[in-house]
Formats: sequence, C-alpha cells, structure tokens
Amino acid sequence: MRDVAILGLGQTPVGEHWDLSLRDLGAQAIVSALKDAGIEAPQLLVVGNMLSGSLSHQENLGALLADYAGLRGIEALKVEAACASGAMAVRMAYLAVAGGMVDIAVACGVEKMTDGSSEETTTALAAAADDLFESDQGISFVALNAMLMRRYMHEFGYRREDFAEFAVNAHRNAARNPNAMFRRPITPQAFAEAKMIATPISLLDSAGIGDGAAALVLGPMDLARRLGGAVIRIAASASATDSVALHDRRDPLEVRAIYLSAQRAYAQAGVGPQDIDLFELHDAFTIMSALSLEGAGFAPRGGGVRLALEGEIGLEGRIPISTMGGLKARGHPVGATGVYQIVEAALQLRGQAGENQIPNCRLAMTQNIGGSGANVVTHILERLA
Amino acid sequence: MSVMKPLRAVGIVGYGAYIPRFRLSTTEIDRIWHGGEALAPIREKAVAGLDEDTVTISIEAARNALARAGIAPSKLRAVWVGSESHPYAVKPSSAIVAEAIGATPETLGADWQFACKAGTEALQAAIALVGSGMADYALAIGADTAQGRPGDELEYTAAAGGAAYIVGPAEEALATLEGSYSYVTDMPDFWRRPMQRYPQHGGRFTGEPAYFAHTEAAVRALMEGLHIAPEEVTWAVFHQPNVRFPRRAAQELGFQPHHIAPGLLAEEIGNTYAGSALLGLSAVLDIAEPGQRILLVSFGSGAGSDAFLWRTTERIAERRSAAPFTRAYLARRTPIDYGTYVRYHGKLHMH
Amino acid sequence: MTIPSYWRTRRQRLSLEGEICPHCRRHVFPPRDICPYCGGPAKAAASLSGRGTVYSFSLVHNAPAGFEPYAPYLVAIVKLDEGPLVTAQLTDVSPDEVSIGMPVEMVTRKLREEGEEGLIVYGYKFRPLLQAEAL
Repeated sequence: MRDVAILGLGQTPVGEHWDLSLRDLGAQAIVSALKDAGIEAPQLLVVGNMLSGSLSHQENLGALLADYAGLRGIEALKVEAACASGAMAVRMAYLAVAGGMVDIAVACGVEKMTDGSSEETTTALAAAADDLFESDQGISFVALNAMLMRRYMHEFGYRREDFAEFAVNAHRNAARNPNAMFRRPITPQAFAEAKMIATPISLLDSAGIGDGAAALVLGPMDLARRLGGAVIRIAASASATDSVALHDRRDPLEVRAIYLSAQRAYAQAGVGPQDIDLFELHDAFTIMSALSLEGAGFAPRGGGVRLALEGEIGLEGRIPISTMGGLKARGHPVGATGVYQIVEAALQLRGQAGENQIPNCRLAMTQNIGGSGANVVTHILERLA
Repeated sequence: MSVMKPLRAVGIVGYGAYIPRFRLSTTEIDRIWHGGEALAPIREKAVAGLDEDTVTISIEAARNALARAGIAPSKLRAVWVGSESHPYAVKPSSAIVAEAIGATPETLGADWQFACKAGTEALQAAIALVGSGMADYALAIGADTAQGRPGDELEYTAAAGGAAYIVGPAEEALATLEGSYSYVTDMPDFWRRPMQRYPQHGGRFTGEPAYFAHTEAAVRALMEGLHIAPEEVTWAVFHQPNVRFPRRAAQELGFQPHHIAPGLLAEEIGNTYAGSALLGLSAVLDIAEPGQRILLVSFGSGAGSDAFLWRTTERIAERRSAAPFTRAYLARRTPIDYGTYVRYHGKLHMH
Repeated sequence: MTIPSYWRTRRQRLSLEGEICPHCRRHVFPPRDICPYCGGPAKAAASLSGRGTVYSFSLVHNAPAGFEPYAPYLVAIVKLDEGPLVTAQLTDVSPDEVSIGMPVEMVTRKLREEGEEGLIVYGYKFRPLLQAEAL
C-alpha cells in the first residue's frame, strides 16, 4: 500500500446537453483532468456509469472513452454500482495505484440522461432497486425514498417543511457554481408548495437529473509532490453494502452501509466526524441527506433534520454540506455524481471553490450512495501543506 | 326427461363471493346519455377497478370458498371458471386462478363460456365430477366484468362480480344437492362476435322467448321431477339481469316476494352475468338456517337455464363466518362518476 | 420483466409464497437460498397469512413505464404478521384513508398489461382488512 494523491481534475457543467453525446461528455472530462494534472499518459481508465446500456444502448464504455479521449491502447473498464458508480470508479482507480500495480489512473464518471423519455429514465433508474420485488410492483426509485421519508417523519415527529433547508442550502450554493444545473435560489415557501412526485417527496426534495461527466487523475504521493501545487491526499477510501431491497432491512431508517463505509473511512484516515471540515453527501433526496448525516456520525438517529433546522449545514455551519450545490442543485448525472463530489471536495481543499470557498479547510469527506443505501462509497481527502 | 342426480350424494362444502367496491349509479349514466329521461332498471351497478378482472374476482371468491370449506387447496381436482369476460381469448383464467389459490398441479382447469350461465354450467360439471367419484372436491366459479356499449340499455346493468363454489361429499356439505336440471335451445337473443368489444342483443326479444321461457321451463321440470311445491322451498334465487325479470319469473312460478328478496342483488350491483345467480345464492347461504331448501336457477343467452335444488345442513351456521359475507362486499361501496367509469373500463383509448 | 422471470416467480407473485428457515424458524419473503437472519440454508416453502400493517406508504404520481395508466397509485412497505417486510401496491383504498399502522391483507390483482397484445401481469397487493371495514 502506498499513499495516493489527486493529480488533476476536470468536469463538464451539469445540464441538458442536447449537443453532446455520452462519449463527448466523458472525453471532455478526461482530457480536462489530464490537462489539469499536466499528464499525458495514464495507464488505466476506470469509467463509472449506470445507465449507458439502458438509455444509450452503449456498453464497453472503458474502450470507447479511452479511444475518444485519445488514450487508445490503455487498460480501461466500466464499473457499476447504481448511483454510486462514480465514487466506485474512483475507488477502483485508487486501489490500483495504492496497490502499486498502476502508477497513474484516471477515474471518469459519466452519464447521459436526457436522450430517453421521462418514463424511460424513471424505469432505468428503478433498476437500482430490486427488480423482482420492488420495481416490478410499480415502485419507482423516488417512491422507495418517499416511504423512507414518511416513516422518518412518523418516527421522529417532523413535518415535510422541516426538510426545506436541505434544498434551500443546496440551491443557494449552486447559484454560485458555474457548473451547476440549477443556479437559482429557492425559498422555503417554494419548497412547501412544490409539485409532488411520490408523496411526501416533491420536485424540490429531489435532485434534478442531467447530463454530465467529471474525472480525476490519481497517482502516487511522491509524483504529486514532484508536480507541485496543493497536494491532495486520499486519506481514506471505503465502501460497504446493505440489502438492495429496503424491505430486507431490519430497520430501514438505519442504513447500515452508510454507517459501515463511514466507520471504515474514519478508521483508515485516523479521524472522526468532529475533524471533518465539509461533507459532500448524497442528497439525491432530502431524506438521504438526513440519513447520511446520521449514519456518518454527524447527528444522532432522528437528528439529521434537526442539524439542518439549526443552520449547521451551511457554508458557515458546523458541517457544511452540498457546498457546490450537491446532487440537488448542481444536478445528478447519476453515474458521474460520485466523481463530481470528489472533484468539488478537492476544489475546496485547493482553495478554488470561488464564492463558496470554505476558509482553511483541511479534511473533506464525500459519500456516494447507490440504490436506497445498498452500496455506499465514502472518501476522505486531506490537503497537505 | 328426469331430474339429474349424481351417483353419490354431493353438496356445497364451501362458497365465496366477491364484488368490486366501485358503484356507478344509473342516474349518472342517464345524465350522460339520455338527459335523465330514461327509466332506470336498477339503482346502481358494481364496477371493477383498474386492477380487477375476471381472474382477480375469481381468485378472491375462491379464497373465500376455501376458507369456508376448510380444505387444503391441493385437494381440488378441478378449477373451472365460467365467464364471458375472460381476460385472455386464449390462455385459461382457470390456470391462473388455480395457481394463485394453490390448487396446482394435480387439477383439471378449464374456462367455460355460455353467456350468463357459464358459472352454473361449471357447477353442473363439478357436481358430476364429484358425484361420479372421480374427485372429492371440485371448484366452480362464475365471474364477469361485463361491458355494454356506451349509452346502450345494457350499459345501465352490465356489472362486475363473481362467486365460487366448492362441490364435495354430502357428508361435509353446508348444503346438499337434491337434484338439478338443464334446459338449452338455440336462441339469437344476445351475442358478441370475436374481437368485438360490445355485445349485440335482441331488445325485447330477450324477455319472453329467451329469459322467461328457459328459466321457467327449467324450474318447472326440476320441481315437478322432485315433487316439490314452491311452498316447500324457503329461498329462490334467479338470474337477475335487472329487478323486474326475476320478480316476474318468480311470480309466474308461484313464489312469493319473500322467497326471492335476500338473493335479489341486482338493484344494488346490477347484472354480474356469470356471477349473477351465484352471488344471489351466496347472499342466501349467508342467512339460511339448517334444513332449508334453496332453489337456484341461472339463465344464459344463447340460450339455456341450469336449475338446482339445495338443502342446507347443520354445518352452514358453523362454517359461513370463516369468510366475509356477501353483505360485507355490498356495504363496501365507493360511488364513481361516468368519467372515472370510462377510464376504469378501458373505454378511453390511451394509444 | 421477462416472461420466464414472471413464470419462475409465479407462486411468490400470485400467492405470496415465502419460506420458513428450518434453523431459526423465521419466515422469509421473498424466498432466497440463504436465510438473511441466521445465514443457514433456507429452502422450505411456507405460505404467509397475507395479514400485516402498513410500515410506510407513498402516492406515486410519476409512474415508471408500463404503470402510467394506473397513476396516481399507492405503494407501501407492509410489515407482515409473520415478521418480514414486503413492498407492494395498496388497492381499494383512497390516499386520505391510509395511515402508518393500518391493518391490511393481501389480495391478488392485476399489476399491469404489456400492451393490448401482451401478457397480463398479476401479483400481490394489499388492501384494508375487509372484515374490519364492513362487518
């Protein structure tokens, strides 16, 4: 095992890219990350993607993107872990470099979501759930999260309006992120009046889906030091699983994989939640923000929403989340999201987060969740002086 | 010709009803099509929900029958579904029903078709199967989600519902069979050609030569063959395309209004076709005392009538509370408007 | 869903057939080869009563492909009396009548149709207890 650093990063804006295909998006992010790193010849490309087969009728993304990014000949593959595909791709690249088999690896998350109809996309996303015993019953992915949210409200005595701050905070931060999809602030009242998708989840509880790609170049620490600039070390990379179906969990409100992957990451980095300066969590739905804050140790069970109500999740708060807009407002290009989270955390640590910069941050955590908590990948990044 | 009797004594060992919760009032149909001027034959009819069809109606009725029979579903050697609204033209409803209730694989399965008497035809066959000794238990179901052309007089009454009967040895019966009789002629009173959504009918021709002639001939032959007079029968259940027909047939056969009242459901649910007479019988079995005779007579266009005489046993009182009463389904009532009805019944083309 | 997949799972779909673990005696639904509670091999089929209570629910407005004709519809996670949670639609009930903890029972209903010419998919749904409601 050797220490791994982030050598370069790149991203496309998230949005409806009618003029860009899956391969264009991926290639742009890869080329931009390699340029940022000042590196031309990586040895490995790991692509994180969930929906290319169902929405673009395209698999074999490793070879395709390697070719279109001008890297024909290198080792390349796609990894899939539903909405956690992006961070899982980063973790696979990390393992390759940390293990010493590869010196320079690129992880690219890419998703093209706007080529299908709304029903096709809803159906494709439902594949993250249990096909036989959830999706086949007509249960959309939103509906599963909606049932978690209703149960949460029931057990801990919250109203729907109490979740507003997660969305308001995300939109406030996205408004100042040039790569975000929804660059306009929203009010608690707009949240309260938003159109229902699956009760109690409305449009403003949910991350907007969009097209996008982000990429990271990883390499050993000694190379990072030679290249100069801010050195960002991957202090921890950890993942864990739970049952795919919500109904197979003893307590659906206690997402075991969130807890386990966070605990493994803390142990690897030798830190605890009190040491984390910002947390890019998986706010695909407001309820997931609450469950993520709780599972990762920032709030007790049932206390995630309380943390938001107390104003502790903003840029000045105890634990800033969704600092560049999060999934909610930066946009959620599903299989790319996990890479965007790490790119944004790295920008914060480099001091390049613009108007959303958190002063003096040293430790940033990201958490990417696949399915309703079935596959969770947590990373901790550290800025070295 | 004589009354039919099986080789060994048989009876109904379990029965079950099912009626969908939705109701469409005839005044609502009238408001859309005739400006409230027409004479409504009934008050309202039962309408299947978006997720209901003859198969789902049959499954719930069959589960209720099994609960009352108290037998393992694997003991059923026949699962027969009579209907004019099988969800598939080719693929047996009976096999889906048999699988859902746990009767597969050692069973007969077939779908019966004879307009509104498809269910009682299946019941005759079940009596024969058990009565011959080939089987100990056989399940006969009559169920429909009947359709009438929008605005047609049939639309006022064509309804959804069904009932299931398990025939078994007389020793285990809630009601034993005293005899049965069937009467069939070729009648052009009502039909539906393949691939057509709605049936055609002969208007007033469906009354005298069709419904009344067949119903009354079957009942007379059965009662005379068994030497039973109307006053020896406690309850009489007729096929009920409306309220008027069964009342008049009962009167012409010498029955009093009290004979038919508990089994006459058409005012509340309409004509459930293959389910119609069988649902009337389930409502009567819900309230009958041991030792009472019940006459059941169906009518199916095309045309024919099956008539049965049953006699309740001591077991009726102990077994009937094992499943929901017919009245429970009648009481579970959600009125809908014509627009909702059009959506539920596929009269709105989405593609 | 493919036709062979529908056929393979017909008993679970049509009649909620589960398993009972021969080692820890817990009920398992949906069936699987390894008991999720004790890790032992579990292959003994066992029927479930179909009775339970609503653990949580949602009214789905944006339906997945194939379910559009039924929207909006209610879905729920139901806690069965025997222990397992099961995900299914609710039927025969209005959204304003549903609450967490409401007793429900299994019924077999039509889930969807694969077009006018395709397969009709039947499966379990849950509805308010009939007896409690009407008797």
